[in-house]
Amino acid sequence: MQNLITTEQLNSIKSEMKKKHRDLLVKRFFSNKLALFGSILMTVIVLLAIISPFFTSFTPYELDPVKRLQPPGAEHFFGTDNYGRDLFSRIVNGARVSLIIGFAVAIITSILGMIIGLYSAYYKKLDGVLMRISDGLMAFPAILLAIAIMASLGPRLENVIIALVIVFTPSVARTVRSAALVVKEQTYVEALKAQGASASRIIWLNIATNVLSPLIVQATFIFADSIIIEAALSFLGAGIPAPDPSWGNLLYDGKTVIFNAWWMTLFPGIAIMLSVFGLNLFGDGLRDLLDPHTNKAKK
Amino acid sequence: MSDLLLEVKNLKVHFDTENGRVTAVDDVSFSVKQGETVGVVGESGCGKSVTAESILRLLDEKHTNYEGNIFFQEKDILRFRYSELQKLRGNDISMIFQDPMSSLNPVYTVGNQIVEALLLHQNLTKKEAEEKAVDMLRLTGIPLPEKRVNEYPHELSGGMRQRVMIAMALSCKPKLLIADEPTTALDVTIQSQILDLIKDLKDEFNMGTIMITHDLGVVAEVCTKVVVMYLGQVIEEASVESIFSSPLHPYTQGLLKSIPHIEGPRDEKLYVIEGKVPTLNQIPPGCRFAPRCEFATNLCKTEKPQLDSYENDRKVRCWHFKEIQEKGGVMNGIRNESDKVTS
Repeated sequence: MQNLITTEQLNSIKSEMKKKHRDLLVKRFFSNKLALFGSILMTVIVLLAIISPFFTSFTPYELDPVKRLQPPGAEHFFGTDNYGRDLFSRIVNGARVSLIIGFAVAIITSILGMIIGLYSAYYKKLDGVLMRISDGLMAFPAILLAIAIMASLGPRLENVIIALVIVFTPSVARTVRSAALVVKEQTYVEALKAQGASASRIIWLNIATNVLSPLIVQATFIFADSIIIEAALSFLGAGIPAPDPSWGNLLYDGKTVIFNAWWMTLFPGIAIMLSVFGLNLFGDGLRDLLDPHTNKAKK
Repeated sequence: MSDLLLEVKNLKVHFDTENGRVTAVDDVSFSVKQGETVGVVGESGCGKSVTAESILRLLDEKHTNYEGNIFFQEKDILRFRYSELQKLRGNDISMIFQDPMSSLNPVYTVGNQIVEALLLHQNLTKKEAEEKAVDMLRLTGIPLPEKRVNEYPHELSGGMRQRVMIAMALSCKPKLLIADEPTTALDVTIQSQILDLIKDLKDEFNMGTIMITHDLGVVAEVCTKVVVMYLGQVIEEASVESIFSSPLHPYTQGLLKSIPHIEGPRDEKLYVIEGKVPTLNQIPPGCRFAPRCEFATNLCKTEKPQLDSYENDRKVRCWHFKEIQEKGGVMNGIRNESDKVTS
């Protein structure tokens, strides 16, 4: 054999191919203008939420009764609320709360949904039990279930996350399960069995990796949905407790003075809209990127 | 130890379905010796794949009942515990599947998948396994194996993927290879390359091979012994030479006769076995082939024939095979007339 290649050359070929593959993915993502716009929007919101304490001149809790309900101006960027608190710093701080909740919920539901979905797809007996439980949970309207859970747990940030995880896990589990059922019937799973691979190896190293892309896409939508439901919960008084700023709380505060101080409703509303819009665009872009079928349809 | 590798003895496989119990494989016996290639031939749905899958016990055990024995090196696979089964699969017995397009996991590189198979059964470091994977790919004749190991299945053609599957199946040097229609999904030139490859590697590793196929050409090319199945039963077993020169069972004769010949007129009508395969729910009471057999008598319709031995190494399941032989068999039909024209 003349083409004996040394390990060094082998590794260089390997890394070169990996790089090529990565470049292609990046290029494809950037060619999708909407997805790019969505991700830029999200980056801006995340950055604002992180660095805001360093440049806002007011804390979100600072009361100034003299300057209450001031319209947007030079001193108060977005105006002040009915206690004279700076609306801009309350909104960017609210962004932090919303993003923490959205992110935590997306991550935890993905992990739980993955475990439940994969095992119920692989083991028929578990499937019956787990899917009936998730059917039961999905039978309740999401908001109603979340309110019920919040009522029993009490209004706290952690409890909002727990409530939303309970609300969203069944739908993630269903997505994972349906994708896993398709993968499970593929010949390569049978081939793996014929090779003597164990069940956990097949589930975690082979089926899981194949259902990852629909899961990631689903997670971005869950992120957006959690922001909306958290806002709704806070608006109804079942979410983040009062003095803390969250977008839902801000809307609630603005409700009573909506005809005198439009900015108290408009700006939190825009914040919710932009972040959900950005996340959905980003999710759509990811789906196009990760799903080979839509790629083919486009090019 | 004898050179008998695998012995399937009176194997019955029942499936529990909504319409009651169905017996997909009924009383099948055959054996494979070291270095021998046994062809299992039959129409779709005759139980050949089920037989193959039960050797590795890949069928869903909740709805499947096995009867009989499958001895692998004198140990009964059907009595194995799950952990023993895992050690057996891929290590002692490997399998190649029909469709190379879906037999590889699309999210891993092919090298990665061969490495995984190696690490499962052999005490190798990751690095050694990677080198071994390249060696295996080179052995199967893939050009530039160093480059190919890092490619994903979708970057390879069907023939390439089947080579990868073969590399993976042979990576642990199994004693028995089960090839379930390895060439059906490939085009003709690739088919013969893959068959040659399997043949060469079989000689190199001295493996026993079970070749499951419905293609008699494949059988003629690689097999030493042939088992013909019909509706879950073995109806004839013989060496490859005797099957092609003097088939005993009318079904085997019909199969051979329905192969188109390269010589002869192009508008020659091909022989067709009348009727169609009955479903497993409506198995004929007597000989299973009786409703489609042109020699069927009342005896055939009511009494089940046994698999009889004939001329020391042959077996056939037919009441009248001797008389049919004397009459010249199914072979005596259209073919002879057209042969006269050409010769």
